[in-house]
Amino acid sequence: MTNAGAIYSEKVMDHFRNPRNVGDMENPDGVGHVGNPTCGDIMELYIRVKDNIITDAKFKTFGCGAAIATSSMVTELVMGKTIEEALEISNKAVVEALDGLPAVKMHCSVLAEEALKSAIDDYLSKSAKR
Amino acid sequence: MKRIYMDYAATTPARPEVVQAMLPYFTEAFGNPSSIYSYGQEAKAAVDQARTRVANLIGAREEEIVFTSGGTEADNTALVGVALANESKGNHIITSAIEHHAVIETCEFLEKRGFTATHLKVDKYGLVDPDDVRKAITSKTVLISVMHANNEIGTIQPIAELARIAREAGVYFHTDAVQTTGHIPLDVNQLGVDLLSMSAHKFHGPKGVGALYIKKGTPLTPFLHGGGQEKRRRSGTENVPGIVGLGLAAELARLEMDGEVRRLTGLRDRLIAGLMERIDHVRLNGHATKRLPNNVNVSVEYVEGESMILNLDLEGICASTGSACSSGSLEPSHVLLACGLLHEQAHGSLRFSLGKWTEEGDINRVLDVLPGIVSKLRAMSPLLKSKK
Ligand code: FES
Repeated sequence: MTNAGAIYSEKVMDHFRNPRNVGDMENPDGVGHVGNPTCGDIMELYIRVKDNIITDAKFKTFGCGAAIATSSMVTELVMGKTIEEALEISNKAVVEALDGLPAVKMHCSVLAEEALKSAIDDYLSKSAKR
Repeated sequence: MKRIYMDYAATTPARPEVVQAMLPYFTEAFGNPSSIYSYGQEAKAAVDQARTRVANLIGAREEEIVFTSGGTEADNTALVGVALANESKGNHIITSAIEHHAVIETCEFLEKRGFTATHLKVDKYGLVDPDDVRKAITSKTVLISVMHANNEIGTIQPIAELARIAREAGVYFHTDAVQTTGHIPLDVNQLGVDLLSMSAHKFHGPKGVGALYIKKGTPLTPFLHGGGQEKRRRSGTENVPGIVGLGLAAELARLEMDGEVRRLTGLRDRLIAGLMERIDHVRLNGHATKRLPNNVNVSVEYVEGESMILNLDLEGICASTGSACSSGSLEPSHVLLACGLLHEQAHGSLRFSLGKWTEEGDINRVLDVLPGIVSKLRAMSPLLKSKK
């Protein structure tokens, strides 16, 4: 058993304490739902897209402090981006925006990137059908 | 902000009087207990007194106590020492699925070297079934090792019964009593064990010192070779200050035990009842009554443990979790899984372990703070919605 302690940067703790854009979204244009194969956590990301631009993003996460902070950060990063720009956002960019993560927590940021990609994929396949 | 420490099962602060008693043995009374002049004999007298105190705490004889560097060394010495000493008789060891890593990993070490091990299952409370022990014994079995009480869920095993089965079969019995020594009444003769491990820092002694009880006549191959200290069972110059600290901590624990057991049991049950009352979907892990007086372990459904621990830490409360996210291996607690918990239930586990300086006000503070933390995290949880 381990204590969490002060292993995170101030930025991470800020996003952990006051996560941005938490919650559900009614009729989202894209939904990403991913599970973390490493530790078994779950992340959901919803996006609203207008004229190829992400106008809103919301998340729900069952996971550690790093998972919550990276989810929160990813929703901030995608806001106002075009779909093409959003697809460029990597887990590294999320980690950098948070002033780093402990090595054992890098996999949590991968989850955030995957949630975003899966939400965008969902949006693209839905709009292709329309 | 007042910090509230509720992780006494991880470690405890050394008592000030213990530290005071240790100090002279770093400086003016620095002698080597093996030396025959006065400095040496002063140190030897201090080690002897500590040995008596430790023996008194567990109902052993002085010569049955071997000082070690802690619980891990005691466990390693017991398992490897008995296994090697009995190699001609057999190569089978029986242990449980919920042991401390100091036992699990030592078994694995032996398994790579020609021994075989049976890891007994436990029921949902973490209890070993004596019948399973009986069935697991073969003609090759040389040692059974089952912990006295579990460090995560606090379940106290029926050691006396298990040890009787071992004795009838002519098999040696070891128990890791790191969580019980100095915490609950414990007598090696009533338990009927051949070997027992303890660690000083779990009961207000210093870190880096512990002891192994070895019942007279138990064959044991030493782990450390050298100057032949501890009657050749553990070489190395004695950690005199540490041993003195262990001795005094043992003495104080013995004198205060009855009152502390009563006081902590009351606080424990108040905390458990309060958590159940104030938070929905909380389950108690471990047994309601066959439980350490200071252990509270619950699973809070739909939330992950590390994020609860972090939030508690922000409120000044120190606790721990069996969540995969906060284990170095990213695996959830093997103890909780062995009790049949689902991954996500192990994820949401919280352990509060109480101790000497835990007060009623601390319990109230946890009960005031945790419900808010849980609802904040549940509002964020994708698991909750899918259950609705
Ligand atoms: S979500 Fe499990 S370690 Fe981060």
